[in-house]
Amino acid sequence: MGEEMNGLDRRDAVARLLARRSLDLLVVTGLGSPAYDVMAAGDDDRNFYLWGAMGGAAMVGLGLAKAQPQKSVLVVTGDAEAMMGLGAFATIAVQKPANLTIAVLDNGHYGETGMQASHTGMGIELDRVAASMGFAWTESISDLSGVDALHNRLAAREGVGLAVLKIRAENPPRVLPPRDGAHLKNRFRAALGFPVS
Amino acid sequence: MSEAEGDQPMGWRADVFSVLKRHDVRHVAYVPDAGHAAAIEMAVADPDINAVALTTEEEGIGYLAGAWLGGERGALLMQSSGVGNCINMLALPNAGRFPLLMAVTMRGDWAEFNPWQNPMGQATEKALNMMGVLTWRADRAEDVEPLLHGAASMAFNGDCACAVLLGQRLIGEKQWVKK
Repeated sequence: MGEEMNGLDRRDAVARLLARRSLDLLVVTGLGSPAYDVMAAGDDDRNFYLWGAMGGAAMVGLGLAKAQPQKSVLVVTGDAEAMMGLGAFATIAVQKPANLTIAVLDNGHYGETGMQASHTGMGIELDRVAASMGFAWTESISDLSGVDALHNRLAAREGVGLAVLKIRAENPPRVLPPRDGAHLKNRFRAALGFPVS
Repeated sequence: MSEAEGDQPMGWRADVFSVLKRHDVRHVAYVPDAGHAAAIEMAVADPDINAVALTTEEEGIGYLAGAWLGGERGALLMQSSGVGNCINMLALPNAGRFPLLMAVTMRGDWAEFNPWQNPMGQATEKALNMMGVLTWRADRAEDVEPLLHGAASMAFNGDCACAVLLGQRLIGEKQWVKK
């Protein structure tokens, strides 16, 4: 497709990734645009959206994956959010959670703050970083067929993985998730059958 | 090495881990410190505990929030210098009212040899309090168990962020030069 020449449409890519979603899929988002993309694909009690704590999304995903090894955990975050917590990649690679997948929406820019160039936009390749640390699999995806293959891979829980989704640098209209962190936490735990204090 | 406690070499060091076990902690995230060496060793050896080595302390804040979303309790073992690394990440337990249990070994607190430890050591408790973390100080071995128990109770029963500071007098003076 012609429009994929300069990268995927982020909303299309995230919608395809979360289509026909299994009840066994738990999603954590980084702050900003990835949270809006996941919200736009359809709110779900099994989504936990970060509105801050930049650099923390992958570690929230790791803790969740270790506590829920029989479910698939997907972290959807941006390239700069991932870069801010780069040490987490090493911690995750050491822990090797077979049920954790990190999807980095990479537009090479800080979309929320005025499209300043980010490190990935200046040459850092996060999939190669993760591969060098020992992730079971990594890939860079630039078309929707690659997104569909990633979708199918989420259920397999075949080893910790990281996929970089090359998306266009643009800001679609914001679709805002709930901002009350306690509400998000309580509904997530309730969906898994845990008590809410 | 820190000084040993005479005829009770484990003492409060073992109490830290036993309190975590009693509160059904399943995840111990840590950046190593000599004062936590015993608890870390016990956590790594325990098949019911996920022992998670961190590259920086703030990783533990996110990790434990994720474990709680997944229905399990955890604790973060770290040194006071790492509290500074956690500041912005503490927005997560604050905004989400997540339980958080931290045991912090102090530096820059008493009889400190290295002056570079003093700024963060002196700011540790205030920094935690400013970010909404409740704090208790243990300077005597017999206080560690009850204070950590109390902090764990308020964390897991009341969705609070709680830290017990293990004072440098308790841990013992670091011997920099072998005698």
